[in-house]
Formats: sequence, structure tokens, C-alpha cells
Amino acid sequence: MKKLTLLVALLCLLASAAMADDMEYEPWACPEGYEGQTLSIFNWSTYIAEDTVPNFEAACGVTVNYDIYESNEAMLARIRQGNPGYDIVVPSGGTVQRMAEESLLIPLDMAMIPNVANVIPDLLGAAYDPDNMYSLPYQWGTVGVGYSTEVFPDGISSWEQVWAHDGPVAWLDDRQTMLGIAHLFLGNDPNTTDADEISAARDYLIEHGGNVVAVAADDGQVLLERGDVDIAVEYNGDILQISWECECDDYAYAIPEEGSNVWIDNLSVPVDAPNPELAMVFIDYILDAKVGADLTNYIWYASPNQASIESGFIDEEILNDPAIFPPPEQVANLFAIIDVGAEAEELINNAWDELLIFLGQ
Amino acid sequence: MSERLRRMRKNGVFLALPTILWLVIFFVLPLAVVLVFSFMSRGRGGVAIMPFTLGHYERAFGIFMIILQRSISLAALATVVCLVIGYPLAFFISTRRRRVTRQIALFLVILPFWTNFLIRTYAWRILLGEEGVINGFLLGIGLIDDALPLLNTQFAVLVGLVYGFLPFMVLPIYASVERFNFRYVDAAQDLGANELRVFIRVVLPLTLPGVLAGCALVFIPSVGAFVTPDLLGGTKGLMIGNLINKQFGGSGNMPLGSALSIVMMAVVMLSLLVYVFANRRQARA
Amino acid sequence: MSLDASAPRLVNEAAMGRNRAVRRLGTLGLWLNPAFAYFFLWAPIVILVLFSFNASRSVASFTGFTLKWYNNILNNVMGAERAFSTEIMLSAFRNSLFVGVIATAIATVLGTMIALAMARGRFPGKGLIDGLLFLPVVIPEITQAISLAIFFKVAFDWIATISGERILPGFHTIILAHVTFNISFVAIVVRARLADMDPQLEEAANDLGANPWRTFWRVTFPLILPGVVAGALLAFTLSLDDFVITFFTSGVGTSTLPVFVYGLLKLTVTPEVNAISTIMMVLSTLLIGISLALQGRAASRT
Repeated sequence: MKKLTLLVALLCLLASAAMADDMEYEPWACPEGYEGQTLSIFNWSTYIAEDTVPNFEAACGVTVNYDIYESNEAMLARIRQGNPGYDIVVPSGGTVQRMAEESLLIPLDMAMIPNVANVIPDLLGAAYDPDNMYSLPYQWGTVGVGYSTEVFPDGISSWEQVWAHDGPVAWLDDRQTMLGIAHLFLGNDPNTTDADEISAARDYLIEHGGNVVAVAADDGQVLLERGDVDIAVEYNGDILQISWECECDDYAYAIPEEGSNVWIDNLSVPVDAPNPELAMVFIDYILDAKVGADLTNYIWYASPNQASIESGFIDEEILNDPAIFPPPEQVANLFAIIDVGAEAEELINNAWDELLIFLGQ
Repeated sequence: MSERLRRMRKNGVFLALPTILWLVIFFVLPLAVVLVFSFMSRGRGGVAIMPFTLGHYERAFGIFMIILQRSISLAALATVVCLVIGYPLAFFISTRRRRVTRQIALFLVILPFWTNFLIRTYAWRILLGEEGVINGFLLGIGLIDDALPLLNTQFAVLVGLVYGFLPFMVLPIYASVERFNFRYVDAAQDLGANELRVFIRVVLPLTLPGVLAGCALVFIPSVGAFVTPDLLGGTKGLMIGNLINKQFGGSGNMPLGSALSIVMMAVVMLSLLVYVFANRRQARA
Repeated sequence: MSLDASAPRLVNEAAMGRNRAVRRLGTLGLWLNPAFAYFFLWAPIVILVLFSFNASRSVASFTGFTLKWYNNILNNVMGAERAFSTEIMLSAFRNSLFVGVIATAIATVLGTMIALAMARGRFPGKGLIDGLLFLPVVIPEITQAISLAIFFKVAFDWIATISGERILPGFHTIILAHVTFNISFVAIVVRARLADMDPQLEEAANDLGANPWRTFWRVTFPLILPGVVAGALLAFTLSLDDFVITFFTSGVGTSTLPVFVYGLLKLTVTPEVNAISTIMMVLSTLLIGISLALQGRAASRT
């Protein structure tokens, strides 16, 4: 008996040694010289792990201001008015492009971000920032349909089911994404700048939006969770977060077969950032294998971090979830939002206002 | 009156000057900027650029009219409901015999106001939701078979507005009833007037200033409400405040937002003019 | 807010009149309405407090009793433990108090000054000033909010081009905005008090040879003090509760409690927010309760 115990103990010891060997993970270390400084972060709401910021503060001996926003537009508005003092913002792809064009971002100093090597190569050099001059991926994901499995025991596979549902539905207050989905149905480019096509997409949505009770700004999952809607068009991670919190199968997420939006959120440094150097250090910190994995384990979005994925730090459950890491055949159907320019921006803004006015009629 | 006192009174203007200056800089000037903005064109990202245009007012008086009308009617409805609930309540409070009871009764109206407005409004989301307290209760007693859609409706916004602004109705009416001398009622009754008559001919006119002030204090913030419809209204309860807010929320349209708020302000001012004239006529009659 | 600022009156006669009136008006069914009104006013508060003791993070269903959320707040206050989200909330709370106190102080001084000038001064343009004072009260909050946001942007851009100095929005912009909307409220409350006051008292003091400064501090100020306090309390309440204007004028790290709460509300409200609201409410109840008790004692002594 004693022998057996000893054997088991030894085996365990060996196994753990082997694992440690495998990873060769060294905890992220903060470069010297930042003690006492301040970093101001402007990030999406519910988009960071509980300990991400406190650990960074402890590692570098710095203080972090942390503010949240709920849409690219809201963040953009603040920065456009003159950066009120943020060092880090987290714009999505198209927004990176727009901000770069408007000189609202400053170039990243890759020398200070060695962990850039951890990023999945395919996610670098995206069309919105070909040389990653201004941005590095933070998390990525999709827009799809969160639904109640009680109302839809057979699941949802098409947008038509969303349009036709006889019950309350929430859409996402993301104009380019929603209009883009309508463009898919109308056979147009999701990023079209044509005035007639934008009007047609608006009319298509108004026509199919009779069941929409709310156009939710990033809080559709809350409506779904409380039973106020049966379907919420939302970001995948938000829906997964509520299923995870309730520890139940009441909610599911699906990307309709017609296609939908794929997005990458990025770490960027806005112009006039008071402490750009510490911002680079923070970006490097986020791209660390363990830090990135902890982040993904908490917020349930897809990690752009190859090292996090390969190291095994990310929960198996997340890695194997098609709602988080969609299979390749689905990825082919997804469209990304790009910047459409000033003129189309105004057309889209007007179309969206009109949509909001008529949806409530 | 002594010469010194007279001089002091003239010097009163110096006492007023710092405040006037403050209000001119931080109130009048910003409004003037908004007015100018409302005539400018929309630039990249929704900022205001030259040249001047009337386009935003065209839009404001065009498609946005639907929402403006909804805002006005919801605000008017909220005012009426507040009056119906608030008037008897103010009367009830001010007619408590003991001072302490009166204070506690008033205190119970004010106290909810010490909780955050957003949280108070949010509490209604819990109450009105499909799986909320009210639906739970109605289902429980078997009055309904399916949950009623209460949240994300104009009804929800109305409830939220009434809840948010009821004390604004109660307090001025309370103040006017407080001042009201009940001996008038006795006198009228001694002269043989019945209760309804006493109320209409004596009580109501004497408390009318409080009523009018209360109505103005409820109506004005209701028209421009933004938090209440945002949290309770959904698409059906959308109000002008939400759309104005959207224009400033990035890639919106700041000049259009400015024009919309100027139009909204004009509506409020017009309704105030009506109020002032009503007040005058009432006073003359 | 002053609960009973009225001057001493003929208690017996008024009470008798009241007595009879209650009897008569009471028959009009005045009991049912207050019962409903109080239920309406308090039901959401009860729900709010109830859910601050909810064991799960959900605010939709009550799953069990806990003091966890209060404990979290306490631990953070004591510095025993640092939970990131609670930390942000507490700093927002501190910001709210900071802004509230400073804005109230400035607005009270400015509001009282103009109220005095308007009530006692004789100078031209009073009608215009009246309008100026009245406007901030009646203008929709969102209009004022965007006007200040645009104004600060334009002004700061202008300063930046002239001096090269870049000013960022922050506590100063929030405080400037709060003072602006509070002045009128203070002025209205103080003026109401001044209107009730007999100007002959001041004239008498003046006739007795007191200079204006002395007259103010010895006669006027003690008499209007309840009005000033009431105005200040009103301003403080408005300031603590303001969301829209703060939202549009705040900078980095200066989120006040309402701004923080708004961010949360759009997602899930954690019971911690309910807990801190409950604490705020209990504190203010205690404060007002104490002041009522003191008033009561003072009244019984005289």
C-alpha cells in the first residue's frame, strides 16, 4: 500500500515536472522605471478579467485609471473631442482605420512589445491596419444570435427565424453590422457606400423588425437573461458569459448560415496619451501567454494569442466551443466592417436614425 | 429710508455681478454656441463644419417630428398622472395635525430621492420585466395566463417618468397648501357652500400657483428625458432625448443634435409661455 | 431640504381649521390615494434594498440571503481587500462627494448673493436677470449638457491654439457645470425665504447705525440661514444625483457614482450597487432624522 502511494506521488511529481518543462513559462516581468506612474485605460464594459489590472499595477508599481464605454462610437466621440487623458483604447477593426486616418492614434513601438511574437500570425496585418502600425489584437469574435433554448429547442440557423419570430427580439445597436446583415440579404457588399443600397438595407430592416422591442447597446444579453426577449443579436462572448454565469443550458449562441460580422478588437494608443510608454508596456503585458489566457478564461472571447492557446492555459471548454472559435467553413461566411468614409458615414447615420424612429411605430 | 440704505440698494448690482457673469459665461455662451452649431454642416465623425445650412432643421421638423410628438404627449401624460396622484397626496400631508406626522409624511416622499435616480429607474426594470415582480404576482394569483409585455413600452416610460418626477409635483403643492389658511374653508362653509363648491371656488384657486409650478417642474424634465426611456422604453418608448444623445455619441451628427435640442427647448419655452399666460389670466379673474 | 421652514403661526387656530378641513376633505376619499402613492414610491426602493441581500449576482430572482456585498464594500473601505470593480465604484462615490461638496459651496455663495441682490437691491435690468436665473431651471437637462460639452471643447481648442496649453476635461469641468445648474435652485430657495422676511428688520438695524456688513451678518444672515441651508442641501442632492450633465462634461478617472452606475446598468447591476445605494439612503435618513429630532427638541424648549 505504502509502495503504491509512493509510486503515485512520484508519478505526479514527474508529470508536473514534465508539464513545467513543456511550458517554460516565465511570469511576465515589468520593465524597470515605471514605479509611481499612472496609466489610463478606456475599454469596453465587461471586457477584462477581475485581476488583469490589479496584477499589472502590482507588477509595475503603477496606478491604473479604468473607464468603460459601450460602443466604438462612444469611445470615438470622446477621443475626437480631444483625448481627455487615456493611454489605451480598444477600437474594433474599422474604427482603428478611421482613427488612424483622422490621426487619432499614435504608432506602436514594437521594440517595447516583444510579446507581439505571441499573436496568431493570421490576425496580424489585417486590412484595416496592414502593418500593425497602430494596433495589436486584443480579442476577436463574432456577432450572432443569442436565444432562449426553451423557446427554440431546435436552435436557430437562419436570420429568417429571427425576422419571423413571434415574440420580443433585441437587436444590437451597431449600425454597420445590422445594415451589413441586411446587405447580405439584398446581395450587396456589406460595406457598401451607395446611397440607394443603404436606404434599401434600412427599409429591409424596418420591414423585418416588427418584433424588435429594443435596439440594445451591448446589453442585449441582460434582456435575454431576464426573459424580456427571446432572441438577442449580440457579440458571442456576451451571450456565453450569461450561460456561464447561470450554469445552465437556457441560452445558446449561433451564427446564422447566411453569414454575419466578424470583428477584431485592438489595443491602441490614442493621440496625446499622457503616458504612451507605459501603454506599450501594458500592451506587452496583455499579450503575455498567461495574462491573455486568464483574460479569455474570464470574458469568453476568442484569444488572438497563439502562445495562450498552445500553452494550455486556456480552458479546453473554451477552445472547443464553436461559438467562440468558429469552424473554418463558418468563418468563410463572415464579413468584417471597414471604414466607409465621411459621406457614407452620414448616410448610415441618417438611415440608422430613421430606422430607430420607425421601429417603434 | 435713509440715504445710506438707498445707496446700498443701488450697489446691490455689484452683489449680483459675479453670479451674472458666471451664468453668462457658462450658460448663455454655451447655448449660443449650440445655436450656431445647429446651422452648421456635418463633418467627418459628426462634428460641425462650415458652411451654414438649414438642413438639420428640415430634418428636425420632418422625420423627427414623430418622436418629438411622442415625447410631448408622454410628458403631458406624465404631468397629468403626477397631478392626479400628487395633489391629494400633498393635501394629505399638509393636513396632518401633528407637525411630526407632517414632517414624516413629507420625508417619506423625499427619501426615495436620496437614492440614485438611475437605480430608482432601474428598479422598475426588475418590477416590469417579463419575469419581473409584477408579472410574477399577476401570474401567481391567476389573473393572467401569460406574462404581460410591460417593459420596453411607452407605458413603462410613463411609469418611470411619473416615478422620477412625482415629488416635483408634491412639493410645490404642499408649499401652497401649507400657506393656505383653512379658515377660508370654514368661512365658505359657514356661508353655506358645499364641499365640491368649496374645493372648486376656494381651495383650488388658492393652491393653483403650486399646481402650475408643479406641472412645469414635471413637464419640462419629462420632455427632455433621456435616462428613463433609455432604461425602460426600448424601441417603442424612444424619446427625443435619446436621439439627441445619439447625435453626440460619435459618428452621429452634432449639428443635428444641436438643432434638435434647440427645437426641444423652443417647445418647452412655448409651453412655459402658455403657463405664464394662464397664470396671469387666472390672477386677473 | 427644509421640511418645515414656515414662520411661527397661530398654532391653535390653524390646527382647528385643519381639523375640520381634514374631517370634510377626508370624506372625499383622501386616504386611498396616499396609500397608493406611498406604495408606488416605496415598492421599487424595497425591491432595491431586498436585492442588496441577494446571494446570487442576479437582480432578477432572489436566491438567498447574504451580506456578501456589504462585506465587499466594507473590506474595500477598510483596505483589507481589493476587488477591482468595488474599488472603481468606491472611487466613483468619493468623486461624487468631492464634486458635490465643492459645487454646492460655490453655488450656495453665488446663489445667495444674487438672491440678496434681487430681493433688496434697486437697479435696472432686474427682469432680464430674473429670466437669466429662471432659464437654467426650465431648460431640458440634455440641452444644457450638450451645450456645456460643446462649449468646453470650443473653449479648450481656442486656449490650446493661443497658449499651446492643452486643458483636459476633469473635475473642474464637472464642477463648473454643476455650479451652473445649481445657482438658480439656491437663488430660488433663498429668495423665497427673503420674501417671507420683513425688510423693516434690516432697516431698523440700519437706522440703529449698523453698517451694511454688520447688518447682513447680524440680522439678515441668521434670518435667511434656514433658506441658505435648504438651498445648499437641494444643490448637494441635485449634484449627487446628476447623471446627464456629468456624463457629458467628465474626463478621465473622474466618473461620479451616477456615471459609473449608468455603465453598470447597461450590463448587469451587481447587488453591490444596490448595497451602496442602501447605505447612502440609510445615512441620509439618519442625518435627516437627527436634524428633525434636534428641531423637535428646540421647538419643545421654546
